Amino acid sequence: MELKSNVPPGPLAEKWTQHKFDMKLVNPANKRKYSVIVVGSGLAGASASASLAELGYNVTCFCYQDSPRRAHSIAAQGGINAAKNYQNDGDSVQRLFYDTIKGGDFRAREANVHRLAEVSVNIIDQCVAQGVPFAREYSGLLANRSFGGAQVSRTFYARGQTGQQLLLGAYQALERQVGLGTVKMHTRHEMQQLVVVDGKARGIVVRDMETGALESHVADAVVLATGGYGTVFYLATYAKGANCTAIWRAYKKGAAFANPCYTQIHPTCIPVTGDHQSKLTLMSESLRNDGRIWVPKKQGDHRPPGQIPEDERDYYLERKYPAFGNLSPRDISSRAAKEACDDGRGVGKTGRGVYLDFADAIQRLGVDTIRERYGNLFDMYERITDEDPYKVPMRIYPASHYTMGGLWVDYNLMSTIEGLFVLGEANFSDHGANRLGASALMQGLADGYFVAPYTISNYFGTVRTFDKIKADHPAFKTAESDVADRTKRLLSIQGDKTPDDFHRELGQIMWNDCGMGRNEAGLKKALAALPQLKRDFWKGVRVLGTNEEVNQSLEKANRVADLIELGELLCLDALERRESCGAHFREEYQTPDHEAQRDDDNFCHVAAWEYKGDDAPPARHVEPLTFENVHLQTRSYK
Amino acid sequence: MAGQGEEKLLNLTLHVWRQKNRGAAGGFVTYKDEARGISTDMSFLEMLDVVNERLIKSGREPIAFDHDCREGICGQCGVVVDGSPHGPRRATTTCQLHMRSFDDGAELTIEPWRAGAFPVIKDLMVDRSAFDRIIAAGGFVSVRTGNAPEANGLPVPKQDADLAMDAAACIGCGACVAACPNASAMLFVSAKAQHLNLLPQGAPEKDQRSLAMIDQADAEGFGTCTNHGECEAVCPKEISMGFIARLNRDYARAAVKKPRAGAPAGGAG
Repeated sequence: MELKSNVPPGPLAEKWTQHKFDMKLVNPANKRKYSVIVVGSGLAGASASASLAELGYNVTCFCYQDSPRRAHSIAAQGGINAAKNYQNDGDSVQRLFYDTIKGGDFRAREANVHRLAEVSVNIIDQCVAQGVPFAREYSGLLANRSFGGAQVSRTFYARGQTGQQLLLGAYQALERQVGLGTVKMHTRHEMQQLVVVDGKARGIVVRDMETGALESHVADAVVLATGGYGTVFYLATYAKGANCTAIWRAYKKGAAFANPCYTQIHPTCIPVTGDHQSKLTLMSESLRNDGRIWVPKKQGDHRPPGQIPEDERDYYLERKYPAFGNLSPRDISSRAAKEACDDGRGVGKTGRGVYLDFADAIQRLGVDTIRERYGNLFDMYERITDEDPYKVPMRIYPASHYTMGGLWVDYNLMSTIEGLFVLGEANFSDHGANRLGASALMQGLADGYFVAPYTISNYFGTVRTFDKIKADHPAFKTAESDVADRTKRLLSIQGDKTPDDFHRELGQIMWNDCGMGRNEAGLKKALAALPQLKRDFWKGVRVLGTNEEVNQSLEKANRVADLIELGELLCLDALERRESCGAHFREEYQTPDHEAQRDDDNFCHVAAWEYKGDDAPPARHVEPLTFENVHLQTRSYK
Repeated sequence: MAGQGEEKLLNLTLHVWRQKNRGAAGGFVTYKDEARGISTDMSFLEMLDVVNERLIKSGREPIAFDHDCREGICGQCGVVVDGSPHGPRRATTTCQLHMRSFDDGAELTIEPWRAGAFPVIKDLMVDRSAFDRIIAAGGFVSVRTGNAPEANGLPVPKQDADLAMDAAACIGCGACVAACPNASAMLFVSAKAQHLNLLPQGAPEKDQRSLAMIDQADAEGFGTCTNHGECEAVCPKEISMGFIARLNRDYARAAVKKPRAGAPAGGAG
C-alpha cells in the first residue's frame, strides 16, 4: 500500500490557492451526470451535501438519526476558531496554523493545517450569511472568546450552543437542497457496507432501521462523514448512537486507518456517578476562561470546598503552566487531573474529580455576567448533579471526547480507496496527536464547505467516465448477502449477555489499559483480552426480535462488534508508537517533569494500518511528516 | 465532601405504551419487578436502559425509544410522562430528567408523543419527519456556499441577535406538538421562522418564508394555534409564545402583500 499525500508543491501559504487553480473543473451541464453518496449529516456531511448539490451534482445523504439535524456536532458547546483577528490581539492565519500544529504536538501534515487556517475566515463569513446567530458586542459586531492552547481570542460562539447553531445552518442549507430535489435524504438508515468495484468506491449498502430492508445505492463517489470512534471507551461525551461501523467497514475494504491511538480525553466532564451511567456530559472548555481548577493540597481532605482555605488549595494548572494556566491544552489538563486524583487528592464521592471554581469570577464580574456567559451550562450541571455551581464549585473529570485518528486521507481528503472521501472527525488529517478546543467545528465545516466540493469535482474531472453500474451488480449483491448473513448470525446466538454488557466490558479494558496513560504491559494485556472479548461476544450476545422491524438491540450489537475490533487496532497502534505525543501518553516516555517525550527521530510520521484479513495481523505503513515551515520543538505551555 | 444529594433507590411501577409497528394496535404494559431499585442519580433514559436490560435477560423484547445525545440538545428523545411531555421538570428534556424528580413507590405512565402528524413507529418512537419538510419549505436563507460577504460587514444589533438566538435555541423535539390540544406545531414553526425573520440576513425572504412554512405545517396535518400556551409550558428550551405572535404578524403582512404563488427559491411544499 502506498501512502501518497499528494500535497501540492510550492510555498506553504500558496499551496491551496495554486491547487484550486490546478484542479480540474466539471462544466455545469456535465455536473448533473455525476452522483455522490454522503454518509452522515453532521457539520461535515451536511455542509458537503449542501455544497455539492448547489454545484449541480446528484447527492444522496444518509443518517442513522430521525433527522439530519440530530447529528452530534449539535452538542459542541464552546465555539469555532477563525483567524479573523477582530480583537487586534495579534492573530493571523499563520498564528492559527502554528497553534494548531503545536497543539497537535507536531504530528499533523503542515499543508492540511495551513489550509484549515486559511479557510477558517471563510467559514465565519458563510455561517453569518446563513443567519447563524453568533454572539455580538453592543456595536453589533461579532464577539470572541479564548480557548485552550491559544493566547489570542479567536473563538466565535453562540452562547453555549455553537455546534447546534452551526449545524442548524448547515442543516438548513441541506434541507433547502432537499426541497429543490437535488439531495435525496434518507434518515433512519445505517450504512452496513462499502462497495468497491474495479478499485473504485461505487456505493454502499444500508439498512432501513424501521423495516430492516437492505438497500444498495450506487454513485460515482462516496463520502464518509460519520464522526469518530470515541465510544470505544463506552462512557464518552459522544451521542449514544455514535459508532465506527462506516469507517470500520471501509477499513476492511481497503481504506487505511491512520493513528487510531490518538484519542482525546477531554478534561472537563461531569464525573461518573454509578454503574448505570450511560454517557458522560461535557462542560465546555470555555468555562476555563473564568473557572479555576483546583484540588486540596492534602490527600484525603474531605472537607466541603468552602471550608478549605485558599492556602490549602492547589491550583495545579496555574502552578504548573503559568503562561496558559487554566487554558492549557486538553491532553495536558486531563493528565494533570488524573495525576492529582491518582495522588489521592481527588474530590467527590468517588475521588475521581477536581473542582472547577467560579467563586473568583462571580466576585469579579458579578453573577449576572457569569449567567449570561454560561447560564445554560450551569443549568445543565445542576440538572445532572443536583448541585448549584453558582454556590459550590463544579466537580469535573476527564472523559473520552474526540478521536484525532481516523481513515487516512491525502491532501484531497481521498482515502486509499479511489473515490472514497472522508471528512470531519472520521478522517485523521488536521489535528495531529491532540486537537485544540473549537477546532473540530472548524475542520468539519472546512472539509464540507470549502475543500471536498473542489477535490471531488477534481476527481470527477480526472476520471471523467465511470462504468455504468446498477444496484443489481454482483458486487452489491455479494455485499447485501454478507450483511444479511451477519445479521442472521447476530440474531441466532441467543446468549446470555446484552450488547451493552459487552460494550461496558470493552470500555473497561480500553479505559484502564489504553486511556490517559498507556504502557507496554497494559497494552499487551488489553491485546490479549480483546480477542477473547470478541470470541465471547460472538458466542454470548443476546439479541431478541427480528431483523424486519425496529430493533435497537440489533443495531447496538452490530456496532459493538465493530468497536471491539477497532479497540484492538487502537491498542496495537498505541503499542507500536513508542513515544509520547499529544494525547498519546506512553508512561515509559516522559520527561523528568512528567510531560510527553516525543521521539522525532523514529516517530515523526503518520502510522496507517492496512487490513489483511480477520486472521492476519494488519500491516503498519508510514507516511513521514516533514516540517519545512515550523521548527520541531518540545511543546511547552509553561 | 461536596454536597451531592444522597443517592436513594426507588421502586416504581411503569405503565409503558407498547406498539409493534405503525400499523399495529398498541396498548399499555405494566412493569413492576423490572423497575425496582432505580437510583435517584439515574437519568430517566438510564432508568429505561435498566428496565430494558432486565427485559432482555428475561427473554422479552426491550422498549424502543428515541434518544441520541443524552445531553438535552439533539432533540431526538422525548416521551410523555404522566401526561406531560418530557416529564414533570420545567425546561428539561427527557434525557436530562433525573429520577430524583420522582418518589419511591411512584406509578408512572409513559407514552409516545401523540399527534396525527407524528405517527408512532414503535413503542415510544414517533416519526417527526414533518418537521424536516417544514424547514425544506422555507426555513433557510438562500445563500450558496462560496464567497459570502465579510462577516462584520453587516452589524446586527445585539438585542436582535440575542432575540434571534432565543428562537434558534429550539431543538425540534416536538414536545410543543405533543402538549397542544390542537397538535399545533406553531411554537416550532415560529421559532424556526423568527430566528431568520429577525435577522437582516433573513429579512429579504421573510414573506415567502412565513407563508411557505405555515402552509407546509398545515399540509402536514398539524392543528391551528388557539393560544392555549401548553407548548411554552413544556418546551425544554423555554421558547416563548411571543414568537408565534410575531410569526402571525409576518404571515398576515405577507398574505396581504402578495398572493400565495411565490414559493421561496428552493422551496418544497
